[in-house]
Amino acid sequence: MMHIERAVITAAGPGQRGIPLQTLVDRDGVTRSALAVLLREIQDAGIRKTAVVIRPGDEEAYTEAAGVLAEGLTFLPQVEARGYGHALSLAKTFTQGESFLHLVGDHLCVSDEAAGCARQLVDVARSEACAVSAVQATRETTLSLYGAVGGLKVPGSERLYRVECVREKPTPTVAERELVVPGLRAAHYLCFFGMHVLTPGVMEALEARLAAAEGSGVNLSSALDDLSRREKYLALEIKGHRHNLGVPYGLFHAQLALALRGVDRDQVLADMVTLLAQRGGGVA
Amino acid sequence: MSTVLQLIQAEGAERDRALEAVLAGQPVEALWAVCQELDAFQKESDNLYERVRALFFLHAVFRYHLTGEQGLPAEGRIPYDGVRLLHKRRFEEALELFMAAARREGLSDPLGSAIAEASHRLAIQHLANQVRKSVRSVRGNQWMFRLGHVADQTLRIRRELLTPGENGLYPILREQTPVRMDLTHSGWSDIFFLGMDYPEGARVINVSIDLAVHGRGQTPAPPVQAYLRVIDEPVLRLVSVDLGVKADVTALADVYDFAKDYLGLLKAAVIASGLVPPGMEGSGQDLGDVLEGLAGPGRGLELVSHVNGIPKGSRLAVSTNLLASLIAVCMRATGQTEAVAGGLTEAERRIVASRAILGEWLGGSGGGWQDSGGVWPGIKLIEGCEAGPDDPEYGISRGCLLPKHRILDETDVPPDSRRKLAESLILVHGGMAQNVGPILEMVTEKYLLRSGAEWQARQEALTYLDAVLAALKAGDIRELGAITTRNFTGPLQAIIPWATNHYTETLIRMTRERFGEAFWGFWMLGGMSGGGMGFMVDPAVRSEAQAFLLETMRTVKRQLQHALPFAMDPVVYDFGINEHGTRAVCLREEAALMPVAYYGQALPEWVRADPRTHPPARRAELERLAEASREDPGFGALAPQLFAQLLPSQRGGDGEKAASLRTLLEEIGFDAQQQEDVRRQLVAGKLGLARNRLPETTVIEDVPEGAVVHAESLGAAEEALGLEALRRGEVGVITLAAGTGSRWTQGAGVVKGLHPFCRLDGKHRSFLEVHLAKSRKIGRRVDMPPAHVFTTSYLTHGPIAAALAEADAYGYEGPVRLSRGQAVGIRMIPMARDLAFAWEEMPQQLLDAQAQKMKESLQGALLQWAKGAGEGRDYTDNVPMQCLHPVGHWFEVPGLLRNGVLADLLDERPQLQWLMLHNIDTTGADLDPRLLGHHIQSGKTLTYEVISRRIQDMGGGLANIHGRVQLLEGLAMPREDLDTALRYYNSMTTWIHVDGLLKAFGLTRGDLRDAPKVAAAIRTLAARLPTYITLKDVKKRWGHGQEDVFPVSQYEKLWGDMTTLPELDCGFLHVSRARGQQLKDPGQLDGWVRDGSAAYVEGLCCFEEERG
Repeated sequence: MMHIERAVITAAGPGQRGIPLQTLVDRDGVTRSALAVLLREIQDAGIRKTAVVIRPGDEEAYTEAAGVLAEGLTFLPQVEARGYGHALSLAKTFTQGESFLHLVGDHLCVSDEAAGCARQLVDVARSEACAVSAVQATRETTLSLYGAVGGLKVPGSERLYRVECVREKPTPTVAERELVVPGLRAAHYLCFFGMHVLTPGVMEALEARLAAAEGSGVNLSSALDDLSRREKYLALEIKGHRHNLGVPYGLFHAQLALALRGVDRDQVLADMVTLLAQRGGGVA
Repeated sequence: MSTVLQLIQAEGAERDRALEAVLAGQPVEALWAVCQELDAFQKESDNLYERVRALFFLHAVFRYHLTGEQGLPAEGRIPYDGVRLLHKRRFEEALELFMAAARREGLSDPLGSAIAEASHRLAIQHLANQVRKSVRSVRGNQWMFRLGHVADQTLRIRRELLTPGENGLYPILREQTPVRMDLTHSGWSDIFFLGMDYPEGARVINVSIDLAVHGRGQTPAPPVQAYLRVIDEPVLRLVSVDLGVKADVTALADVYDFAKDYLGLLKAAVIASGLVPPGMEGSGQDLGDVLEGLAGPGRGLELVSHVNGIPKGSRLAVSTNLLASLIAVCMRATGQTEAVAGGLTEAERRIVASRAILGEWLGGSGGGWQDSGGVWPGIKLIEGCEAGPDDPEYGISRGCLLPKHRILDETDVPPDSRRKLAESLILVHGGMAQNVGPILEMVTEKYLLRSGAEWQARQEALTYLDAVLAALKAGDIRELGAITTRNFTGPLQAIIPWATNHYTETLIRMTRERFGEAFWGFWMLGGMSGGGMGFMVDPAVRSEAQAFLLETMRTVKRQLQHALPFAMDPVVYDFGINEHGTRAVCLREEAALMPVAYYGQALPEWVRADPRTHPPARRAELERLAEASREDPGFGALAPQLFAQLLPSQRGGDGEKAASLRTLLEEIGFDAQQQEDVRRQLVAGKLGLARNRLPETTVIEDVPEGAVVHAESLGAAEEALGLEALRRGEVGVITLAAGTGSRWTQGAGVVKGLHPFCRLDGKHRSFLEVHLAKSRKIGRRVDMPPAHVFTTSYLTHGPIAAALAEADAYGYEGPVRLSRGQAVGIRMIPMARDLAFAWEEMPQQLLDAQAQKMKESLQGALLQWAKGAGEGRDYTDNVPMQCLHPVGHWFEVPGLLRNGVLADLLDERPQLQWLMLHNIDTTGADLDPRLLGHHIQSGKTLTYEVISRRIQDMGGGLANIHGRVQLLEGLAMPREDLDTALRYYNSMTTWIHVDGLLKAFGLTRGDLRDAPKVAAAIRTLAARLPTYITLKDVKKRWGHGQEDVFPVSQYEKLWGDMTTLPELDCGFLHVSRARGQQLKDPGQLDGWVRDGSAAYVEGLCCFEEERG
C-alpha cells in the first residue's frame, strides 16, 4: 500500500495569495479561514504534515489564518514567479521522494459523502498505488478555467479513469479531439478538482520541464501529461463539488454549499426564503 | 431478391457488375418490375449508400432503358403536384407521387422522365446531406454547432496578440499557404462520396506548390496568405486585398450573410474556425459582445486575405487553400493550435482540413477532399480510409470523410526527382474558367452505375497512380509525362468526355507538332482542362516551350474567344514544390505591417479621413508605414499608387464606355424610338413580367386528338414528294444563330453556334458545322445542296462570318448566307417589381438550405442594386456587347426580308419555295423529306414541329385556347400548372411556305427590293404580336477572372406567336425527341451522348472529311 503522509498546498499564484485568508463558516458552524478548512480536509484524510507554497512575506498571515492547525505547517516561499508547476516543484525536498496529497489554495471542496473529498482520493491512491487526480465532469463552456484529462474508464469501476493525456485550459477544439471520455454526457469533460495524489515521478517531470523552459513558467498539466505516458495515472470522479474561490461570487457559492450541508442548514434556508420574500416576488 | 437488388447489396466483384449488363434485353414489363422493387428498396433500406445506389439505378432505368419511343408510349401527362414538389426540393414525395401515377395510369415517356428526374435529385440530396452530417460530426467541429450564447464562448485571443508593441502596433499573425496540384486523382476519386463509399479506390498524389507568374521577375512563393490582428475598434474588419473589398462587420447576422459582399470566404473562415461559431447564427447576440469576449473591451479583429496572382479556374484549389489558411490563422490566434507560429501538427492539419470543408459548405460551394492539400508539406499520397468502430462514419459509410495523408519522403521521391520534375513541368492557366460541378455529379452517377467502359476506365486510372509513384521514385519524368498523357486521353476521357475540349486539344497538338519528342506529356489539373494545365517537356527546351505556350495560348484564345468561355488571358507560371505546408509567423514591432497591396487599398481612405479620428494604433501604423516607404522599395511604390487612387484618371472610364456603346448602336442601326416606347411602358407598368401573362380567365386546354400529325405515320408518298422538292432546289434551311446562349455559358456571351460542343465523328464540332453537315448529307442524296442561311445579330455576326470564312464554310457545296439581324435593344436595369415577381411569383427552384440562404441574400443585394442604379434606365455598366440584346427570334425572320438576303436567295434560286427554320441548338433537325413532303401536301403556311413533353420541357406548349390550336409561350402562361397539362412542347423547328409567309406580311416576292414597303409591313405585323419582358443574367467580369451576374431587363417578340394570327394557316407535326430536343445546357450533353441522341445526329451528318 502506498504511503501518503504529506500534503502540499499551493497559494503563491498572482491574485491567489489572499484567497486562503478569507473566512467562512464551515459545516460545523465554526468560522474559519479557507486555509483552515483546507487543512481540516487534509487532516481528515489522515495526513499530518503539510507544506504551503506562498509568496515571500506571507508566512505571518498564513500562520494566523491556520489558527490551531498552524502547528506542523511548513512554508515554502516561491521567490521567482515561474508558474504553478514551479511552485509545486519547491516541495520536492519536503515530500522526501514519497507520494503526497496536493491541493490548490484557491479551491474548496464539499463532499457528498461522510468521507471528505481528500479522504476519497487518498483511499483510492493507496489502494491503486499510483498517482490519482480528483476530477469532475465539467461543461465545455468553462473549459478555459481548468486543466482536463482524457482517458478511458477503468473496467469494473464506476468513477475511476485511466488518464491518457492532460491538457491545460484546452479550447473546445482540442478537448473534442483529445479529451472525449466515453460514458460522459455530451460536451462534458473531466476537469481537475484542484486535488491530486502525486508520485515522485511528477517532481521529475516538473524538473525536466523547468529545465527546458529556461527560466519561464511551467504549468502542472504539462508535467502530468508527461506522467500519464510514464506511469500508471488515474483520475477519480469525486463524490462532491469543487468551488473556485477566485472567481466572482466564488466565495459566496462555497459558503452557501458548506452551509447547506452543515449544521446551520435550516437557519440558512429560512434566511434565504425571508430574503426572497422581501423582494415581494416581483421584478424590481 | 432480384438480381438488381443483389447488385446493390453485394460485396466484391458482384457489387461492381454493370447495371446495363443485368438489364440488357429485358422487356418493358420486367424493367418496370425492377423499378418498383428499387423504389420499395430505397424507401426501406436504412443504409444511405444502398438507398443512393437504388435511386441512381432507378434514374438510369428510366433515362436510358425505359424512356424512349421504343420503350414507352410517347404521350402522357406529368402530375403538376409532383413538379411543384420538385421545385420545393421535396424529392422524396415527388418520387412517390410520380410512381403512384405510373402505377395508376400506366407508364409513359413523360412520366418516366419525371421519375428519372426525381430519383436523381433525391440521390444527390442524400449524398450532400451525408457529407454535411459527416462534417458536423468530425471531432473538433461538433462544439461549434452547440455553442449558441456569447457567455459560453471559451475561445480567447492569445495574450501575445493583445499587447501592442513599443511602437504602438499590434502584432500581426501571418499564415502563408501553398496551393496544391494533383499528379493524378484516379478518376476524380477525391469526390467526397467516392472516398466514403469506395475508400480503397480513392487515391490521389497531391503536391504543395509555390507559384509566381512567369516573366514578372518574381521568385515562387506560397501564393495564399492570411493575416490577423487585433484592432482598437469593436468591429470585425474583413479585407480581401485581391478583390479590393473591405467591410467593417458590426452585426452578428451580417457574419452569416455570405452574398452581401465579396467577403463570403472570410466570413466562412470566421465561422468555421469557431470565432463566431455556426451555432450562434440567428441567436440575436451582439457581435460587439462576441468580439469583447474574444479580444477584450473596445477591441475587434481584422482578418485579411491575399492571393498572389492566381485567377479563378486555376484547378489549383486556390479558394479551398485560402479558406484553410484563413481558418488556420484564426485557430492559431485563439489557441486552438499548439504553436502560434511555425507549422501545424498532423492533428491540427486534419482539423483545419475538415473545417475548410465545413466553410465551403457554409459558403454554398464544395471541392474534393484533397483540395486543402496545401496545408500539408511536399508531395503526398492521399488515400481514402475505411471507417472503423471509433469513427463517426462507422456503420453509415464504408469510408471516412477525411482521407489519410502520407507525406512522401526522400526514399519515395528523391530530391533529384523533385528537381527534375520542376525542371520539366510547365504550369499554365489557359484562361477558361468553367464550372466543374456538373462533371463531379456525372462522375458520381457513373461510378454508382458501374457502366462497363467507365468502371474499367476507373480501374485503369488506379493503376496509373502506382505508375506515377514508380516514375517519381525513379526520377523518370519522361515516363511520368507519358503516364499523365495516357491517363488524360484514356480513362479520364472514357469516364468524362467533357474533361477535354477543342482548346486543350489544339494546344496539345500544336505543342506536339512544335517539340516532337521533346514534348513529354500533358497533365490535366483538377476536374477539367482549359484552365490550370501542365505540359512536361525536355528540360533542354523548357524556356523555349514556356514562351511558345504563352504565345500559342494567347493566339488560340484569340481565335476561339467567341466560341468558348474564356475569363482571362492565359498565363504561364514558375513554380516550386513547397516542403513546409502552411506556416505562420508573428510579425512584431517594425515588421508588424500588412502586405503592400493592403495599403494601396486602405491608404486613400485613411488619408481622406480626419487625422484626429484615427485610433492610436492607426496613427502608429501610418508612422511606421512612412518609415517603411523610405526603407523598402515595395512600400516606396505606394506613393504613386496613392495619387492614382486619390485622383483617378479620366481616361478609359465610364465616359469612354458610353461612347463606344453609342458607336456600336449607330453601326447596328438601333431604333431609339422603339427603345423609348418600351421603356415608357415598362416604367409605367404596362409592360412587365406580370403583364406578359394572358388573363387568368383565359380558357387553356390541351389540344384534341387530331390536332397534330404524328411523324411516324408519314410514309413513302410524303418522302417522294419531299425528295422531289429537294431535288428541284426548292428548299432552304434557316438556322437561328443570333443568340449567345445565355444558359449555355451562364451569360458569358460567347457565340453558341461556334461552340465546339461535342466530339462527333472523331472531332470537336461546332453547332454551325453540324448543321451544314446535315445539309450536305441530304444535298448529296438528291444531288442538289440546299441553300443554308444563318441568321445573326450584332453579337454573333462578326465571329460567325469570320469562322465561316476561316473554315471555308466547312466545304459546303451549296449557297451559305448570313442574314444579319438589325433589331437590337439596350438592356435595362430591371424594375424592382419585376425582380420581386420573378423571385416570388414564378416557380423557383428551392435550393438546399445553405445555398437557398445565399441566394436570398444575393437577391436582397440585387434589389438594392436595381433601386440604386435606377429602375428602367439603360444598363451600361459593362462592356458594350453585354449591354445590348437581340429582341427575340421573331425578328430574325423579317430580318431576312429587310436585309435583302431572301431577295438574293430568290434571285439565285427562283424555284425556292420551302424553308425549314430551326434553333441553333436543335441538333437533330434536318431536311427530312417525309416531313417536308407532309408540309407541302398539307398546304399550310407554317408547320411547327412539337415533341412530347418531358419534365425538363417547361415553358409553354401547344394549347387549345378558346377553341383555337396555337403555341402558347411560357411567358404568357397565366398559371404554372398549365405546363404539365399540355402534352406537346414546341421544338421551334418550323416548315415555311415562302409565298404564304410573304402574304402574311402583306408582301409578294416582287416587293422584297422595296425597302420602305418591307419595313412598313414588318412594323405592322410586329404591332399585332405581344412584347414580352424578360430578365436575363448577364456576366460582368472584373479583376483576375472574377465574375458577377446581374439580372437585367430586355424585351422580345417570339416566333411561336405567329400561330396566334387568325389568318395564318398553321399545322403541327409531332416528331421524335431525338429530332426535336434542344441543347440548352452543357449539363445535358452527357445524357445526350449516352441515350443515343449524339449517334442519331452523327447519322444525319456528312462531315467535310468524307468528301471525295
